[in-house]
Amino acid sequence: MASTRDRRIVVVGGSLGGLRVTEAIATGGWEGEIVVVSAETHAPYTRPPLSKTALVTGPDPDALAFKHGLEAGRAQWRFGARAVAADLAGRTVTLADGSTLGYDGLVAATGVRPRQLPAGVDRTGGATHVIRTVEDCRALHGALRSHPRVVVLGAGFIGCEVAATAAGLGCRVTVVALDEAPMLRPLGRAVGDAVRTRHEQEGVEFRLGSAVSSVRTEGRVHIVELDDGTSVAGDVVVQSVGSSPCVEWLADNGLDLTDGIETDNRMRAGSVPGVVAVGDVARFPNPLFDDVPRRVEHWQMPLDTARRAASTLLGDLAGADTDPAPFTPLPSFWSDQYELRLQSFGAPGLADRIDVLEGDLAEHAAVVGYFRDNRLVGALALGLPRRAVAVRRKLLASLSDPAPMCPSLT
Amino acid sequence: MKISVDMNVCQNYGQCVFAAPEVFDLDDAGGLVYQPTVGDTARGEVEAAAMACPVQAITIEG
Repeated sequence: MASTRDRRIVVVGGSLGGLRVTEAIATGGWEGEIVVVSAETHAPYTRPPLSKTALVTGPDPDALAFKHGLEAGRAQWRFGARAVAADLAGRTVTLADGSTLGYDGLVAATGVRPRQLPAGVDRTGGATHVIRTVEDCRALHGALRSHPRVVVLGAGFIGCEVAATAAGLGCRVTVVALDEAPMLRPLGRAVGDAVRTRHEQEGVEFRLGSAVSSVRTEGRVHIVELDDGTSVAGDVVVQSVGSSPCVEWLADNGLDLTDGIETDNRMRAGSVPGVVAVGDVARFPNPLFDDVPRRVEHWQMPLDTARRAASTLLGDLAGADTDPAPFTPLPSFWSDQYELRLQSFGAPGLADRIDVLEGDLAEHAAVVGYFRDNRLVGALALGLPRRAVAVRRKLLASLSDPAPMCPSLT
Repeated sequence: MKISVDMNVCQNYGQCVFAAPEVFDLDDAGGLVYQPTVGDTARGEVEAAAMACPVQAITIEG
């Protein structure tokens, strides 16, 4: 592939997805330039500890940094550089300093940012924490040292993990959320209620089913007012109401950017060849479930999509046929709250029926099956880490089986 | 090829078990067990396991 030597692939985004796709391109036969544009000032690092162990100890970027892959190929990493625009027809990316980078191939790996409270919510109080970066974690770690009263906005995974960590540090914690149970949409009511009782055993209070109408500050105290007329006071407010994909830089190129960058099953974005998307920002169809493109913010997805996107991009740039096998990565995530470990596989959020297949949710030790149209689409091991390996294996076998029924995971 | 896992860092997430089930496993208590020395044929799987570790506890030598 000597002809690729003078060509350039630009990777926009320098977190896990950007790192793994760079590695896959470099080891996949690309002889041209690779330029990675990262808005962060750190080498890529692992984020899951930021709401757990690193929040307890304070984050150490060197300890969190990925050990493998930064040396891959001849990639030039430009840290602290933010892409602000792209011209897919002209094949250029514009950076915040006004410079432009031409490319032959483009990888979008810009990930997500914490979602803000709705525009109608008065946030003049302003001083809310989020958890996404090392800097966010350091700031919240510092704020938790004096054992403040903590109000967590949002009862998803990050909110629940921050609540558990703060409670473990001796803080008095209140979780405020619009949903009627923690982790309701991804895992369902029964599991959410079971996890809620575990939090309540640690003294965490829940104010569920209410929207935040304002966050204001009186002296050093933040007052979170809810739409039912009540309010919660805290010394520290943590906002964990979901995330928004970072897609603005790709606007006006004819791409579908509704909730992430829509791609085909090969991770190609739009109809212009030479553009792929990777990780949390990519919305792609997964034939394991159906043909609906979805974003999946799970640990394994940046790795899986990076490999596939790199192979697609290198094939397209060489004018070669791409791998014809459908791309069917298995979504999986985990969450640690106190000693309780949740390990989810597949797409439990798609289920129309949830069955406890073994154990007992009330005892926080159970295997839960998630079914859609009587077909198993997801599984959860709650407090049974050893079972997770077998549960995952059997879910994979079931998803690959054309027969619609799966009687058991045991 | 030699594998070492920093057990002070390992959180038993099992991502390495999913990536390289011949090399890594969880014992009955959910703790990680692994083969410290494996042949070169397992290199791809072991490298995938090291990459998949959320706390970057796995080191490969040789």
